[in-house]
Order: sequence, then C-alpha cells, then structure tokens
Amino acid sequence: MADAFIEIASVSKSFGNVTAVDNISLSIRKGEFFSLLGPSGCGKTTLLRILGGFEAPSTGKILIEGQDITHMPAHLRPTNMVFQNYAIFPHLNVEQNVAYGLRQQKLSREEQTEKVSAALAMVQLEGFDKRGADEMSGGQKQRVALARALIKRPKVLLLDEPLGALDKKLREEMQIELRMLQQQVGITFVFVTHDQEEALTLSDRVAVMNEGRILQQAPPRDIYERPSSREVADFIGKMNLLRGIVESIGEQVVVSSAELGSVSVNDNSQAVHPGDRVTLAVRPENLSLSDTPSTGGLPVTIAASAFWGHTTYYRINPEGVGTNTLDISQQDYRGSKNSGDQAWLCFNSSDFLLLKD
Amino acid sequence: MNRNMKLASRILGTYAVIYVAYLYLPVLFLPLFSFNDSIYISFPLRGWTLKWYQVMLANEALHRALMNSLKVGITTALISTVLGILGARAVTRYRLPGQKPVVGVIMLPLVVPEIILAMALLILILRLGGSLGLVSIAAGHILICVPFAMVVLMSRFEGFDRSLEEASHDLGENSWWTFWRVTFPNVLPGIVASLLLTFTISFDEFIMAFFLGSTNPTLPVFMWNQLRFPKLLPGVLALGAYILIASVFIVLLAEWFRRRNASDTQTGDMIIG
Amino acid sequence: MNRRAPNPLEWLRTHLGRRPALRGYLLLSPTLGLVGALMCIPILAMGLMSFWQQTGHMSFDMSGTLQNYVEALTRDMYRVLFLRSLGISGLTTLATVVMAFPLAYFIAFYVKRHKMVWIILVTLPFWTSYLLRVFAWKVILGYNGAVNSGLISLGVIGEPLTFLMYNPTAVVITLTHAWATVAILPIYVSLEKIDRSVLEAATDLGDSPFMRFFRVVLPLALPGILAASVLIFIPTVGDYVTPSLVGGSDGYMIANVIQFQFSRGSNWPSGAAISLTSMTIVAVLVAAFAWSARRLSGRN
Repeated sequence: MADAFIEIASVSKSFGNVTAVDNISLSIRKGEFFSLLGPSGCGKTTLLRILGGFEAPSTGKILIEGQDITHMPAHLRPTNMVFQNYAIFPHLNVEQNVAYGLRQQKLSREEQTEKVSAALAMVQLEGFDKRGADEMSGGQKQRVALARALIKRPKVLLLDEPLGALDKKLREEMQIELRMLQQQVGITFVFVTHDQEEALTLSDRVAVMNEGRILQQAPPRDIYERPSSREVADFIGKMNLLRGIVESIGEQVVVSSAELGSVSVNDNSQAVHPGDRVTLAVRPENLSLSDTPSTGGLPVTIAASAFWGHTTYYRINPEGVGTNTLDISQQDYRGSKNSGDQAWLCFNSSDFLLLKD
Repeated sequence: MNRNMKLASRILGTYAVIYVAYLYLPVLFLPLFSFNDSIYISFPLRGWTLKWYQVMLANEALHRALMNSLKVGITTALISTVLGILGARAVTRYRLPGQKPVVGVIMLPLVVPEIILAMALLILILRLGGSLGLVSIAAGHILICVPFAMVVLMSRFEGFDRSLEEASHDLGENSWWTFWRVTFPNVLPGIVASLLLTFTISFDEFIMAFFLGSTNPTLPVFMWNQLRFPKLLPGVLALGAYILIASVFIVLLAEWFRRRNASDTQTGDMIIG
Repeated sequence: MNRRAPNPLEWLRTHLGRRPALRGYLLLSPTLGLVGALMCIPILAMGLMSFWQQTGHMSFDMSGTLQNYVEALTRDMYRVLFLRSLGISGLTTLATVVMAFPLAYFIAFYVKRHKMVWIILVTLPFWTSYLLRVFAWKVILGYNGAVNSGLISLGVIGEPLTFLMYNPTAVVITLTHAWATVAILPIYVSLEKIDRSVLEAATDLGDSPFMRFFRVVLPLALPGILAASVLIFIPTVGDYVTPSLVGGSDGYMIANVIQFQFSRGSNWPSGAAISLTSMTIVAVLVAAFAWSARRLSGRN
C-alpha cells in the first residue's frame, strides 16, 4: 500500500514448535485506529509485542514510515505500549510515572511539570500528580499508563487489551474516551482485543485473526455485513449458519437447505458450482416471525425465547427435515410468543450470504 | 459445631502459648545467669551483679574475636548476596533447561550436615596447600549462606512484575538504565534482607569457624574455648546475652525489609519444593 | 554488509540475544561455579581420600583400597555410633514434628489476624546462635545447672541428679528444642495452602471434623510434614555441637568420631570414608522414607 504508515511484511513467529504468528502481512495507515481481533491464543498479542520490540519475529520485516525497524531494540522504537496490566511503577508516584520516559529529553523542571499536567488533563486525571501507585483504581491506573505513553508523542500507540480488567460500565465509558482521544491527538493506534463489540465500535479497520493468521481485514461494517468465511462469521456477532448444496448458478445462486428449502442468494462473491457444499449465513435480525401465514413464510415452532430489553430472541425449529434451530432477534413486545407456539418465518433472500467452508 | 471449634481454639491456643514459652524460656536462662554474683550457676541467683558485663567488655581477646566475626560476616554477607542476586535473577527471568536439578544442587548445603561440608572443604584446602584462617572460614560461610540469599531474593524477584521492565524499555530506557531506575529499587528490600540474614548466619556460625579456622578465632569459637574455664562462665553468658539481643534485632530488621512492598504469599514457599 | 572484522563483543551480544537460555546460564555461572568449587569438588576430594591410607602426618598412601569403608561398616564402635545417631535423629525428628504440628495448625486455621506476628515469633529463635541454644540446656541440665540448683534449694533432693546430662537423652532433649522452629514453617505453609472450600466440601459431604482431619487435612499437609522431617533429620544426624556439649561419652554421635579422625585420631581417609558412608546411609533412608510416604498417601 502506497500510503502505508506501518508495513508488516510476511512476519512469522514461532516458539519452539508452536507457531504463534503465521506469515502475516498488514498495512496500517497513518492516524488509523486499527484493531487486531481474535480469540485467546490467536497470536494478536504476539504480533503487537513484535511491533513493540518485545519479541523478535522469526521471519519477516516491520517498517514504520519506510524505516526498517525489525531488529531495532524496544527502547529505540517510535512506538509506545499500554500494557494489559498497566505496568505502573510501584515505587514512583503518578507524576514520576508519567514523566518517566522524558528523562532523555533533559527538560527543565517547569517544562516537565507542564507536560505532565497537560498529559494528565488529556486523560482526565488532573490533580493526581502526587498520588501513589497503590492509591488508584484499575481505571485510574489505566489512564496513567495511557498518559505515560502518550506524553512521548509516539508515532504508534500499541494497546494490549487495555480495557479487559474493567467492569462493563467503565469499559464502555473508556471506549468512548479512547476513541475521542485518538481522534484528538491523531496518533496511529494499534489495538488488541478479544471483544468483537469493542473492535467494531472503536476501529477504522479491523483484522480478524485466528491461529496466527488473518482471516479478514476490513472496516467494521464490511466485516459485520460481509464476513468472508464461516470462521469470521461465527466470530462476529450472532450468525445463523446453515448447510446447503448449490442447486444452480446464474444471476442468482440457488441453494437448497434442509431447513429452508430453496433459497436464491444474490451473493456472487464466491465461485461455486452446482453440487458444491456451502454455508448459508443470515443474521438473526434479518429474520422475522409473524403470526399470520404470508407468502413465502415457512411454518415454524418456537423452541425458546429470551427477553433482552429492546430485543427478544427466539429460537425456532423449522418444520422441515433439518435438525438445526435458527435464532431470530426481533423488536417485538406485542404479541410475545412462547415456547410451543406456532409462527411463520419470513426472510429476504438478499439478506443471505454464501460462505465457503 | 461452633462450640467444638471454640473448645479446640482454646486448647490449641493454650498449647501455642506453652510452645512459645518452651521455645524462649531455656534461652532466657543464659542472660539470667549472667547477672549471677558467683562463678557457679545457682538457682535462685546468689546476688545480682553487672560485673561480668564489665569483665567481658574489657577483654582484649574478645575484641579481637569480635572483629574477626565482623570481618568474616560482612564479607560473607556481601559475596553471598551478590551471588544470590545473580542466581535468583537467572532462575526467575529465564527458562533454563535443567533448572530444577541445578537449583537443587545450589540448595544442597542446606541439608548436608555442616560437619561433612567443613571436613570436605578442609581436605581440599590442605591438599591444595592452602592455609586455614579467616578466608577459609568465609569460604565455608559463603557456601551455606548462598542458598538462604537465593531463597530470599528469588521470592523477591518472582513477585516483581516483568512488564515493569518492558514498560521501561518501551519508554526509551536501555537495559542499564532500566535496571537502576526500575529493577533495583523494587528489589532493594530483598537485597537488604539478604545482607542482614546472611550476616547473622555467618556471625553465629560455629562448625565451619571451628574446623576451618586457625588460632585467630571468631566470636562463637572464642566462646567455645571459654567454656573450658568455669571461672569465665558468667562472662560467656553475658556475651551470649549480647549476641542474642543483637541477632534478634537484626533478624527483625531483615524481616521488615523483606516485607516492604512484597506480597504476603511468598513467606514460607521458601523451604518447600 | 559489514566490512569490519566481527567485533567479539558484538558477536557475543548477538549470540546471547538469540539464546536466552545461554544468557541465563551465564548469569547463573558465578553462583553455580562457587557452589561447585566449595562443595562438589571438596566432596569429590573427600571421596578420593576415602580410598587412601594415612601413613603419617599429612602423608598418604594413595594406592586405592576399600579398607576404610570396610572398617566403617564393620567395626562395632562405628556401627553403634551410626545406629545411635540415627536413633537420636529419628526421635528428634519425630518429637519436633509432632510437637510443631498443633502449633502450625493453630496458626493456619485459628489465627485470623497477625498471622505473620506468630510466624516471626516462632521462627525468630532459629536465627540466633545455635551454640548458645545448645549451651542453654547445658546450663539447665548440668550438675550445677538450673534444674539441680533449683531442686536442691527447694529441698526436693539432697544431691544433684546425674542422669540429666551426658547421655543420649540429654542430646535428644536439646536437639528437639534447638530444631523445634525448623519444623513449624514447612508444616504451616502446606496447611495454609489448603483451599478452605475443600474443607467445607468435606463437611458438606458428611465428614465429622475428626474424619475430615484424617481424610483431607493430613494427606494435604503431608508434603510439609515430609519437608520438615527431612530438614531436621539430615542435619541432626551429623550434629557435632550438641553431643559435644551435653552428650558425654555415652551420647557420642557419628560427628564426634569424624572430628576425632580428622584431629587427634589422625586418620583422615577413615574420617572421609565414615563421612561419606553416613551421608549415603542417610540419603538412602530419606529417599526410602519419602517414597513410602508418597505411596501411602497416594493409596489413601
């Protein structure tokens, strides 16, 4: 990519005979909020640590603004990291922690204090200067770690699951703050998380990883609406996945599935032939239930329902031959249906995705 | 259920108090008789006097022995602590192949009877044509103190968050600066505790000092020699009282340092496994 | 690429950078080296000497012979001393562990606050002079000692009791007291580590406190008990100070004869052989004891 700010070229990392990162190539643009998303053990943290200089890649190169930093030691890199457990120095107070990386700049007392105050203000911790390291909550420590990293104005900020240890409400607040902060300072963020909602909310682009490989990298909307494979679809949001066999191809691809019969899918992105086994994917919010039979509606039985506030989830058994159940999410507080009720399933073919296994 | 527990608590509590009394009382006899106005031990005391303390303080040979013990003790403390730091860091920072047996070997001096260690060292030194004296004593002391130093420092290093060093690197400091700005301050209490502990062990140690020493005795050997002269017995007891108090003080100090900023779970993992 | 001749320091740095295990061992080498030089090599030297024979002051016949070992294993005196030492140590170990257990149990389960205060209180004596602690018993049990003087002045007895001192019993009493603190810490640690919810589960499943102690607490405390036993048994077998001060000739232990051989007895090879023999016997006993204890608790 021509305007690549960070270029990760064919990077692999093995520990003994375990391959943590498997030939990954990525380009990250300047000023981007880029997330690495995946389950535990998928290699995202390892990749981040390679970027930061805490692991050396087994093969491959890393370039930042065209400069090859692959073998550059961590303390010389233009990156700074916010560690998962914050790594606040216990023997220093907040001010000393935040000012830690400024030692080489040999600033005067006033200059340093000024910078520290500005950094603390940026993370909304004004007045915390003299606090001891053990006198803070998790959320406060996290912001100190952030201020400490940002005060050095790095080219890239690396964040290793920084919000993982916070409770839900605090986490959501911090997510908004982080996003605003990033846009305010304009620094490139590389963010690691296993929480897909978080990744989708915060990022300009997301790379979904598993087993050391990148499954898909795209803006959040694309990943959500058009997951490129069954693996990605399974990981992002809730998705109904049905097995089917291609009947015919043409303007639309007709797939027959045991549960839904023949479905005409608009998705031409996959190269398929009649007789291929494929996966049909449809989001629960793209299915709906109705009380009255209507054209194209399939009779189904409701197996279970769950009330979620603004939505109700239904699990239904199609009265077909298939054994799969389907999940439907519906904004529907009237006529709430119960287990055992009969209803009719309605869907739009254009909402279906075709995925190769 | 609760009544049983209360009863058990009371029984065990009483036992605990008796046990602690059992631990301390016999040792308290020594200072007691050092006040006795007689060269014979008698109970009850025949007169109360401080003259033995004065006699002891004036004793030239005792001063020399004390100096010897201090020299050996300080040397032992410094060297075994430094070796303990290196060893503890190596074992906690790196995944070493064959780590368990290697650490086991380093810990062996804790369980091999001291007399065997002393004799073996004696054999080697004399066969190599070396001479006995304060240096050979220090060598023996270092051998038995290194395991203690390592145990104290390993628990300190283990409780030390590795990402702190990574954070320091990340923020621009190289290994040298990282060590002095982050690692050292956090490990310092352990280092001080190790110095105090190893000094105390060396100061009180008798076997190595006896078998590996020459005519220039350390304090414990000096006391042992005095035991042959009953006239000087109370003086020895007075000396013993001093040493007891000093040791207790140093050990309490060492414990205080060891616990500063450390987590509580590491206390006893020392000896087990 | 680099045209300069490879700088040895740089070469070292790259190689060490790539092999963290190497760096670790480099760091460990001074400590390991010292232990090797001060313990392993001397013991090897001792082993070597055990096959020699003493021919005069500091002169030896270095043709190898097993004579010293034969003597060590067959002479009556040595056998008596071995057995006596093992017996004394065994009794001491048993006594200290049994006495320490209730205390460790108390601190682990019944002390809620200030556990550390108790632990420090109880382990403090260990760090004071061993010589003094042994000597204290000499003062207490001696002919002119505290017990005798006290009993005489109370009029209970007319003459000082002689059976208190200079026999194996005095040695056992003294050793038990001197090593009491060593037993507490390992037992305490293994009791402390027991997950409290496991005890609750046992009660929930029907065990009375008595049964629960034998079925759950004791097996889980076994590693600590084992550690304490080993830590006391091995050093006490080779103890020199205690038998010298309170044992008399009846209470002689193996360390006394070893010291004799190295000084007035002037038979270093014999001393070496006896040392190594006793070390081996003790090691074998401890290994057998540990193995059987593990098997027993495993079965339970």
